[in-house]
Amino acid sequence: MLEIKNLHARIADDGTEILRGIDLVVPRGEVHAIMGPNGSGKSTLAYVLAGRDDYEITEGDILWNGESIIEMEPDERAAKGVFLAFQYPMEIPGVATMTFLRAALNSVRKKRELKELTTPEFLKLVRAKAAELGVSDEMLKRPLNVGFSGGEKKRMEILQMAVLEPTLCVLDETDSGLDIDAIRIVSEGTTKLRGPDRAMLVITHYQRLLNYIVPDKVHVLAKGRIQKTGGKELALELEKSGYADFTGKAA
Amino acid sequence: MAAVQETIEQVKSIDVDKYKYGFETEIESEKAPRGLSEDIVRFISEKKGEPAWMLEWRLDAYRRWRALKEPTWAKLHYPKIDFEDLYYYSAPKGTTGPKSLDEVDPQLLETYAKLGIPLKEQEILAGVRKAGEPSPSDAPSEGADGYASMKGKVAIDAVFDSVSVVTTFKKELAKAGVIFCSISEALREHPELVKKYLGTVVPQSDNFYAALNSAVFSDGSFVYVPEGVRCPMELSTYFRINEKDTGQFERTLIIADKGSYVSYLEGCTAPMRDENQLHAAVVELIALDDAEIKYSTVQNWYPGDKDGKGGIFNFVTKRGDCRGKNSKISWTQVETGSAITWKYPSCILRGDNSRGEFYSIAISNGYQQVDSGTKMIHLGRNTTSRIISKGIAAGKSQNTYRGLVSAHRKATGARNFTNCDSLLIGDKCGAHTVPYLEARNSSAQFEHEATTSKISDNMLFYCTQRGLSPEEAIALVVNGFVRDVLQHLPMEFMAETQKLIGISLEGSVG
Repeated sequence: MLEIKNLHARIADDGTEILRGIDLVVPRGEVHAIMGPNGSGKSTLAYVLAGRDDYEITEGDILWNGESIIEMEPDERAAKGVFLAFQYPMEIPGVATMTFLRAALNSVRKKRELKELTTPEFLKLVRAKAAELGVSDEMLKRPLNVGFSGGEKKRMEILQMAVLEPTLCVLDETDSGLDIDAIRIVSEGTTKLRGPDRAMLVITHYQRLLNYIVPDKVHVLAKGRIQKTGGKELALELEKSGYADFTGKAA
Repeated sequence: MAAVQETIEQVKSIDVDKYKYGFETEIESEKAPRGLSEDIVRFISEKKGEPAWMLEWRLDAYRRWRALKEPTWAKLHYPKIDFEDLYYYSAPKGTTGPKSLDEVDPQLLETYAKLGIPLKEQEILAGVRKAGEPSPSDAPSEGADGYASMKGKVAIDAVFDSVSVVTTFKKELAKAGVIFCSISEALREHPELVKKYLGTVVPQSDNFYAALNSAVFSDGSFVYVPEGVRCPMELSTYFRINEKDTGQFERTLIIADKGSYVSYLEGCTAPMRDENQLHAAVVELIALDDAEIKYSTVQNWYPGDKDGKGGIFNFVTKRGDCRGKNSKISWTQVETGSAITWKYPSCILRGDNSRGEFYSIAISNGYQQVDSGTKMIHLGRNTTSRIISKGIAAGKSQNTYRGLVSAHRKATGARNFTNCDSLLIGDKCGAHTVPYLEARNSSAQFEHEATTSKISDNMLFYCTQRGLSPEEAIALVVNGFVRDVLQHLPMEFMAETQKLIGISLEGSVG
């Protein structure tokens, strides 16, 4: 279970406060969506969960399975099962995608005290998961994300998620910049990963992604706080009325 | 080649404080008195039992050196070297030259074993057997298996301070007609070859350090590959500086006769000391018609501590002469050590259609300063050259690529492609690129590409989010950055590298 308690965070460089007291609970087995206007703090929340050090937590706590993770380094959190699918995945020149996947998986497995996979085991695993997401062998040989289209990059994020088997998945605007076919592939891949042990937080600007990844709950984030929580129908309401109600209010 | 493996591991950890070869061997040594004079030159020459012409050659170099000034054009800052305060000759007691393995001081063998160069074991493992001891792999030397077992072997010349302590696989190489021995031995056994080629690529007065080396060089490797012979194994030399206040001045001479091929790898380490130590080597390569020389270096001299104290001053002149038509010389270097590096492995493309290549990875950290690059001198017609340089600067280091590509008036159809990439880690280091291009005929085509990038926080965060530790993430990104160059290292090296850096998958996917 993910528990976010009265979380306040600011930009480390200039002290601008972005998150102003977030309270949120996502039990294992559930998928929650976070929706909100631009500048509401959605991406900051994703980064803070993953442990990016550009942000400073000034108050509150984040518990994952009852354990506070705010003092942990990003790689320790990854080992604990935290995964962030980036809005803008980074390009790593010269490092074949397969190589990157293997390095990451072995690193995570080592920290989870599991034995490293042999080359044949690993290849079998990756090829099976890649096929489901329509990622070709040729793509796996190319340097990670270098020259990939927007859709290919997002598919690669989902493939990494499938391979690393995290228990807390945070998807940051995974639908941005994708056409409808790409959204479908990415959503199907994500939906397949839903399970009783896994909590998911899907951050999105638009409702359309939630037609494919149907959330258990929808939270509206604006001005650094959760303004409203409801079922999946809340997303449809927002689609009609927009975020004006929330941005107008004082935080 | 475990030493190579560990070198890469060190590259991977990118931490000067983790220098693994910093130990010192307590071994009694015989030294020349401090300082440099004609008498010292005579002393060295006499120790080596050299012919009279060699002594004259050295003395000539010494006199020229006295007239030369230390170069100051490089982007390097270091305290003035007191050339009168160094020892110019130091040898483990009792060694006058290479011996058979049985006679080598066990302590020396142990030193090399500790460095990952098990001279003795290597020979046994690689299958050198006593006469009359049959073995399945000995019998059919042809066929795929025979070839593979041959390929896996590496002959090693081990140089400790000023002398070569042992050279392995000499007999086996002799069968193919290849001469591989220390230069001191070559002067005794093959003086005509040494006399014919020594100093023909790097003349005595070429530069300050080359002149110094010519006067006092002590040992190094000599290779001669006869006409039409493809050297049956990798040759390698392992240089070790041990003695305090001692300079190492090695001299390497490699001759590939018509239509021959040789691949050579050198490795270097030194103990950790607070004082700086001088290393001034000269390497000369000569490729005759249709011959090819591939020369790889893994330079891992002690780089100094994290505050910039100690470390080797590495002033090296390396040059290859593509003397014959269609000849080819390829330099590959992995530079990770030394406090100061001043090194420009170059090619003189004299023969028509000859080709020069330079592939470099230079990594600097702490307070290391690297000023390295190459010169491609196009003299013959339709000569081609290729330069791929990857500089990685971390800590407070300064990393400079300095290169010259020139085409002579008569070098019609000369072509060069240069690519210089720099990668910065952190914000206290510097990367500099200083290319010189000189075309004296209108048909020459030179291309130059350069990039400078930084391992961004975004990239690091992305990698660590996936579970990689920051060190692993940097190693991975750096590996990706240097990939084009790593591919040019000898097979054995590649295999170790891949194993080590955990990128063993590359080959199995493709």
